[in-house]
Amino acid sequence: MSWIVRAVRAAWEFVVGDDPFTALGVVVALGATAAIGGAGAPAWWVMPVAAVALLGLSLRRAAR
Amino acid sequence: MSGPEVGLAVSVFFACAVEAVEALTIVMAVGVTRSWRSALLGVGAAILALAVIVAALGPAITALPIDALRVIVGGLLLVFGLQWLRKAVLRYAGLKALHDEDKAFASETDAARAAARAGNGFDGYSFTIAFKGVLLEGLEVVFIVLTFGASQHNIGLAAAAAAVAVAVVVLAGVIVRAPLARVPENTMKFFVGVMLTSFGVFWGAEGAGASWPGGDAALLVIIPGAALAALGMVRWLRRAPRHQAVGEPA
Repeated sequence: MSWIVRAVRAAWEFVVGDDPFTALGVVVALGATAAIGGAGAPAWWVMPVAAVALLGLSLRRAAR
Repeated sequence: MSGPEVGLAVSVFFACAVEAVEALTIVMAVGVTRSWRSALLGVGAAILALAVIVAALGPAITALPIDALRVIVGGLLLVFGLQWLRKAVLRYAGLKALHDEDKAFASETDAARAAARAGNGFDGYSFTIAFKGVLLEGLEVVFIVLTFGASQHNIGLAAAAAAVAVAVVVLAGVIVRAPLARVPENTMKFFVGVMLTSFGVFWGAEGAGASWPGGDAALLVIIPGAALAALGMVRWLRRAPRHQAVGEPA
């Protein structure tokens, strides 16, 4: 069992790293894009806005 | 080559070059101080392990439907890209120490000299350190090659760009016989962060069902837009009141 836990931890560390809020924000932004696009409205702008906002918030947390 | 293919090749080349510089520093440190033969055996074993991972994951990734692939790949690239950009911006703003290959090399050689040495022949320390270094840096290369390649249906081009990057770095290391300290690593990381973020934004939105105005040409706006936004944040952080550099002791 322990090797599974180690593998999951290593995968988490590899993908998410030390900033889980950014990873969560990306998932939320993808969901919002799908929801807005599914409702028939233009959704291309969501990801660029989310990327800039997530980088800014991540930098603000790191710089504190 | 089309615009996105050029973007793919350039992004993969620089991302892989950065990882190769870091792996080269580790291998050279144990090779110079302990055993080149064991270090190179470690490199060979790591390359073999990476080949197995590519053989196992490659077909599975390319078998996914394109929209699902682009959502997953776009999301992962965006997470990776934002992490690279964050570190590069913090370094440019003076809030995080610049990565110094000379310092990393000195630290690795000190550790290698201090480690217990086997009597003769095979050196387990050199093998293990070289193996781990190449495997960990190589995993990121594999991830970038597979995700970029699969999303563009061109794993061959991505693999070729990665191979050229590794060959250039190794050749440079052999010629100078020292860690590549003069490589502008933070600039390369900034550039790669911009490219990963841009492709992540582009593919993520497409995979989630959005249509870009102008199709693939939207990348010509997204890439400079991401670079400008990140440079603006460097400026913002430089002007912000300083508390304490990230990673520095209290």
